[in-house]
Amino acid sequence: MAITEAPRIVTSRLSHSDSHTLERYLATGGYEGLRKALSMTPEQVAAEVDAASLLGRGGAGFPAGRKWAMLRKAPVTYLVVNGDESEPATFKDHLLLERDPHQLVEGVVIAAYALGVTQAFIYVRGELALGMERVQAALNDAYEHGAVGPDIFGSGFGVDVVVHPGAGAYICGEETALIESLEGKRGFPRIKPPYFPAAIGLYGEPTVVNNVETLSNLPWIVLNGGAAFSALGEGRSAGTRLFALAGKVRNPGVYEIEMVKTTFRDLIYAPVLGGGVLAGRDLKAIIPGGVSAPWFGPEHLDLPLGQDEVGAAGSMLGSGSVVVMDDQTCALRAAWRITKFFWRESCGQCTPCREGSGWLEKILRRLEQGAGREEDVDLLLDVCDNIAPGITWPPQQTTICVLGPSIPSSIASAIRMFRDEILLHVKEGACPYG
Amino acid sequence: MAHLSPDNLERARALVALYPHPRSALVPLCHVAQEQDGWLTPEAISDIAELVGTTPADVLGTASFYDMLHTEPVGTYVVSICTNIACMLRGADDLLRHAEEHLGIHPGGTTPDGMFTLEEAECLADCGRAPCLQVNHRFFGNLTAEGFDALVADLRSGTLDSEVPHHGTLCRIRRTGGLSSGKGGPPAMAAAESVPEGGS
Ligand SMILES: Cc1cc2nc3c(=O)[nH]c(=O)nc-3n(C[C@H](O)[C@H](O)[C@H](O)COP(=O)(O)O)c2cc1C
Ligand code: SF4
Ligand code: FES
Repeated sequence: MAITEAPRIVTSRLSHSDSHTLERYLATGGYEGLRKALSMTPEQVAAEVDAASLLGRGGAGFPAGRKWAMLRKAPVTYLVVNGDESEPATFKDHLLLERDPHQLVEGVVIAAYALGVTQAFIYVRGELALGMERVQAALNDAYEHGAVGPDIFGSGFGVDVVVHPGAGAYICGEETALIESLEGKRGFPRIKPPYFPAAIGLYGEPTVVNNVETLSNLPWIVLNGGAAFSALGEGRSAGTRLFALAGKVRNPGVYEIEMVKTTFRDLIYAPVLGGGVLAGRDLKAIIPGGVSAPWFGPEHLDLPLGQDEVGAAGSMLGSGSVVVMDDQTCALRAAWRITKFFWRESCGQCTPCREGSGWLEKILRRLEQGAGREEDVDLLLDVCDNIAPGITWPPQQTTICVLGPSIPSSIASAIRMFRDEILLHVKEGACPYG
Repeated sequence: MAHLSPDNLERARALVALYPHPRSALVPLCHVAQEQDGWLTPEAISDIAELVGTTPADVLGTASFYDMLHTEPVGTYVVSICTNIACMLRGADDLLRHAEEHLGIHPGGTTPDGMFTLEEAECLADCGRAPCLQVNHRFFGNLTAEGFDALVADLRSGTLDSEVPHHGTLCRIRRTGGLSSGKGGPPAMAAAESVPEGGS
């Protein structure tokens, strides 16, 4: 750990080139957390996770312990692992799936035990072929080892785990769309209420959906105790978290850092982390938390990487991604590319999202190419307002899922921070950055 | 039903048996069919419909929702270049333009010899190695124009055959554990092949 003394929790094995094998896993304490969990009652295991204050790492940041507690009132039928990672500039689950699949499998079995679930599915994004192979190989070995399947380690508890391949659709990362997809349908999000997975999930049964990184923390939490986890970080943002750093930065990559105790500046500039802006240029803006998040400027660099801290400043840690733009980056082009993504990936069920994203993409493209008009800026805001009334943060939702209301984030940010630069495109009839 | 090979039919039935409801196997079966044929042929779609208990039109309507499922023939190698934000900041637009010139096709197109199909992809979750691309869902990162040309040459000459299986092959590891856990599935299938080393 570079900046603070916190231990590596989910990346402890990654210095080994064979970190994905059962041999390495067992040689580095693997499946000890599961053995300990099985010696406890399911309620005790759940209590440790609750005490850990483990916030979901998939994007919404909902406490895992609380999600599970809601479900323990009614028996849970299925555990579904969200390994669909497709939020642009997010690439941490990809790393965990390929490089430490046993850690995920162990986390899944621990969660299944705590929840009393006997059937789990790991939904892996289709494009992650190697990750899928590694998880399937790990599962095969884990079955052989007695860590998955009937009567795990002679405890009498059993769970079956199935790897399910996605097939290329960003929206399938949204938990209700993921469930539809797992049922063999198109990935159309379901309306909540009533379709909260906890109430009406997979095949209509109560279902827990958790992210890959969330579950990968469980072996450590059970072994070391929830209190040891919550002693790291601060407040609700306990433990360490993976940050995927990308864009105009010297050392892009995935870094595990202690929450709250580390700032955006540390992440981007520390020599052992990001190493500074590429080619020593100036930082123009950062996108925290995935492309659904509002942008920050250099004035936010000293903000701690904590869920509440970033939320109070008007954005989110979201999917754990941080994108750096330098002073040569065209903010308008960035907003256009992000909007094009949403337009391509909108599932099309809701008119504001389907039509709005298309209009916004066209207006932004025309502006970026120097063929726009001054009024286009207001037009953009008007369309955004139709998708998410008031363009607030967090956004108001008029659609089935939050993909739609996420579309205005980058556009409103670009206009708020770089309106002059956008208008320069109109004045010069071309992109000032060429 | 006879389009899927006997081995793939057996795999397909084993996949159906993994789920409480056969319909859940629809996408996994599409992947099996693509592994066999490179794309989803109408014959394979009929087989899948029968296996999961629905109509071919329903299978087609579902499959067409997913970018990775091809209902038209594609090249031996599908080259998917990410141009999303992190890759864009690292020169992905230039890379895509270079690829278009080098291969002589635009996104969506296939070279006349049937070797390459080009796609403009959304974020592939490999942004730490931007600009990056996938060939048949195997990653190549930190690409330059020269690196791209070398990659294409290697693919043409067959030196990457073990790293990059033909289009449609997703998971070369077959499930071997837990198949007889009381859900009525058939016993263990073909032995697992080894996963090549590498990855991020
Ligand atoms: C459009 C959209 C895309 C999402 N994509 C993902 C994803 O790729 N991976 C993920 O874990 N969660 C994703 N989520 C969040 C999930 O809906 C869900 O909150 C999460 O999987 C719950 O797991 P956690 O509580 O462990 O974070 C997405 C949400 C939305 C609205
Ligand atoms: S908001 Fe967009 S992605 Fe979400 S359900 Fe509506 S149309 Fe689909
Ligand atoms: S933006 Fe290109 S792989 Fe993520």
